Amino acid sequence: MNWTQFFAMGGYGFYVWSSYGLAAVILILNLYLPLHRRKTVRRLLREFVRLKRSSQPGSE
Amino acid sequence: MHKYASPKFFYALAGQLTPWLGGLTAILLIVGIYLGLFIAPADYQQGESYRIMFVHVPAAWMSMFIYMMMAGAGAIALVWNIKLAEIFSSVCAPVGASFTFLALVTGSLWGKPMWGTWWAWDARLTSELILFFLYIGYMALQASIDDPRRAARATAILALVGVVNIPVIHFSVEWWNTLHQPASVSKIGTPSIHPSMLAPLLLMIFAFSVYFFTVALIRMRNEILERERHTSWVAQVLESKT
Repeated sequence: MNWTQFFAMGGYGFYVWSSYGLAAVILILNLYLPLHRRKTVRRLLREFVRLKRSSQPGSE
Repeated sequence: MHKYASPKFFYALAGQLTPWLGGLTAILLIVGIYLGLFIAPADYQQGESYRIMFVHVPAAWMSMFIYMMMAGAGAIALVWNIKLAEIFSSVCAPVGASFTFLALVTGSLWGKPMWGTWWAWDARLTSELILFFLYIGYMALQASIDDPRRAARATAILALVGVVNIPVIHFSVEWWNTLHQPASVSKIGTPSIHPSMLAPLLLMIFAFSVYFFTVALIRMRNEILERERHTSWVAQVLESKT
């Protein structure tokens, strides 16, 4: 097949590829953001549990 | 039944499901895009531009489907006070908003070459824009209330009121004389679309749906960890694998 022709999309290349490009960005972001958040949450909560344990014997 | 609704059990189950759902999403997307871009023929009226449909229609479908799930889960949370339903409802909003945004922008990118305009204040486009604002309103309301239980009740009511917009979007192309073309698929039995175009379209809709459940489960697990941080099982989970 002819790739130049394929990317030209019959003159609608800009519109077609912008659409697919934005779709890709949105699908990747919606996967990346919660996975990244997961790392942050786990890190913060590990700290939270550690602090809670270390303060327990004395205070309460 | 109670066991399945417990956050601890759900957290483990969701963790096992996500890799499978993610893999299924990838396969469906690859096959759908391959059929849509390489196999399906050009449209006799719209030429190659109609290929935008393979992302536009699934995105628009997801924008409404996710809203119904969000409002439905919100209603369940209101009536039965189920924590998991609250969490599910809340994770729907950002994903739904991004699909609504995608539907609006791809619609614009399709409208420019076909209708000669990026935007028109017609019934379908306007009601879809209102849907976007409903998602944004839901997220803003949720962010403004600190207590998650109270936030869940307030956002559920907002989501339920906004449900009236869904049939308006769906039937707008029939009720009003709009610029937007009528549905190609919904006429069950006699779809006005050739099988070679229908197959990638249905695959992409299926792919987006499975994708949604994949990312919703990942978000739910994050939310469960945060809400259950005082429990011993979360402490155990945090000590185990990274």
